[in-house]
Amino acid sequence: MTTATIPISPQALAGTGKRPARRVLPGFNLTLGYTLFYLSLIVLIPLSALLFKTFTLTWAEFWTAVASPRVLAAYRLTFGASFLAALFNVFAGLLLAWVLVRYDFWGKKIIDALVDLPFALPTAVAGISLTALLAGNGWVGQYLEPLGIQLAFNANGVVIALIFISLPFVVRTVQPVLEDAEKELEEAATCLGASRFQTFRYVIFPGIAPALLTGFAMAFARAVGEYGSVIFIAGNMPMVSEITPLIIIGKLEQYDYAGATAVATVMLGISFVLLLVINGLQSWQRRRAGGKT
Amino acid sequence: MKFKQNITLALAAIGLTATTFVSAQTTLLNASYDVAREFYKDYNTAFVANYKKTTGKDVKIDQSHGGSSAQARAVNDGLDADVVTMNTTTDVDFLASSGIVAKDWAKRFPHNAAPTSSTMLFLTRNGNPKGIKDWNDLVKPDVKVIVVNPKTGGNGRMAYLAAWGYVRKTGGTDAQAAEFVGKLFKNVPVLAKGGRDATTIFLQRNIGDVLITFESEVVSVDREFGAGKVDAIHPSVSIIAENPVAVVERSVAKKGTAELAKAYLTYLYSDEAQEIAAKHGIRPSNPKILAKYSSTFKPIQLFAVSDYFGSLTEAQKVHFNDGGQFDKLYTVK
Repeated sequence: MTTATIPISPQALAGTGKRPARRVLPGFNLTLGYTLFYLSLIVLIPLSALLFKTFTLTWAEFWTAVASPRVLAAYRLTFGASFLAALFNVFAGLLLAWVLVRYDFWGKKIIDALVDLPFALPTAVAGISLTALLAGNGWVGQYLEPLGIQLAFNANGVVIALIFISLPFVVRTVQPVLEDAEKELEEAATCLGASRFQTFRYVIFPGIAPALLTGFAMAFARAVGEYGSVIFIAGNMPMVSEITPLIIIGKLEQYDYAGATAVATVMLGISFVLLLVINGLQSWQRRRAGGKT
Repeated sequence: MKFKQNITLALAAIGLTATTFVSAQTTLLNASYDVAREFYKDYNTAFVANYKKTTGKDVKIDQSHGGSSAQARAVNDGLDADVVTMNTTTDVDFLASSGIVAKDWAKRFPHNAAPTSSTMLFLTRNGNPKGIKDWNDLVKPDVKVIVVNPKTGGNGRMAYLAAWGYVRKTGGTDAQAAEFVGKLFKNVPVLAKGGRDATTIFLQRNIGDVLITFESEVVSVDREFGAGKVDAIHPSVSIIAENPVAVVERSVAKKGTAELAKAYLTYLYSDEAQEIAAKHGIRPSNPKILAKYSSTFKPIQLFAVSDYFGSLTEAQKVHFNDGGQFDKLYTVK
């Protein structure tokens, strides 16, 4: 493949839809081949194995496996709690990223590093520590329980565990975008008489909205699949606080491989659709923001 | 199917690189359940010494522990264990159904190939403040019961079947048993994931008045949390939970360890091994040694799974599979 070496700015490209003309990595064929091979090995083959196993079921068996009342209750909890946790983290994560980017204070580096802790910590450890903290006899739980607030061993516990494990995704996607945001625009807005809220609403927010959405999507996807941390804090009562991954484990314990993969397939399907919607929203947002500036 | 085999092989290869490096010396891998870890540690030392004495050969025993059915799945999917020592027959039956252990595994060793057994007891807080004596006390409205989720742990399945069998043994019908078990599970505030998880919830989180668990767990609790934190309550009736053992034919054929595997499991029936088991709170099958430790193993009326449920596999189908009796407790209001 021969390539022209005229540098083209990304803005010019966005309209034309052409491939970038200058490539840093040589050998498109080789790199694409490698990409496809690697993706197949790590992602596509395991996922198709999942589907193959599911296909051993008849349609009726599949339906009873994925649509029994217990399983439906588990989907509701898993997706509902993941959604709440991701939504919460959009606000909490934005705040954290904001503080980390815009202010200098003592211990900033440590706080910055702490954000990544949920990435590194084994999730079971997180679950056990959260439970120890929030259970009726825990440090925090002992003060909340008399007030009638029970955070561990019910759906609340699930949401809290999911908030914990998905927080870094929002912070780490929003942070670099905030860092790159041009201060001059804000200054200009202020000079033109915009209030602080107006500056945020019309200048800052459109710039970081795609990143926030990405962070939301990643946090959500991560939370949906979470098992380790939730299992210790949920209480795991059927119809109340049983997450879908536990249903899958339960089916495996019964040697019901096909049933387990069937539920997993449904989860994968729902997640895929949700991510697609979020991606759609994001590109719509980007186009809108792009059109304005 | 070929494709599936390849995946299995690949996974097995990854899992086994660690063990194949040391195969110069004869090693035996015992895939066992979680709470048997301490017992098999002591037993392996005794076995290796005895094997050296009788045959003059050195052997090394590797242990692999995890949830009983998780271990069975690992062996099924390619873990090269030479022997499996489980806590429910269902797990060995599963391996027999895929041809990895002999179909007639239960006849290969004495006592249905179960050198040891256990039963379900109650643990209450010190002094037994709620005055719990028997199964009947567990369905009282002010009693909170901690038990393992029968969906995820053999411990929970045994507790459930023990409660059911108690009603049958005392003259009740299946319908009455279903009602009783329903009431009992209404008193359960948290369903634990596995045996150890249940103990943690009961002792570290301080939730519940009584924990239904395996007899052997009493020894572990005393060791872990200090004696005197809990009282072991022996109900009038309980269930025999056999701990089946089997040779993994697929692995021993490949590794040529059939003789050794057989010797390893046979020695479990020796007086020495039975004593070790008794010290760990696991019921020996040898009646003489069981009698010797009668202060630990207080005599209670025991019934076998086959008395009321046909077999564990049968019970699994009726009670624990999706849509079964256990699901009805929670889905039918």
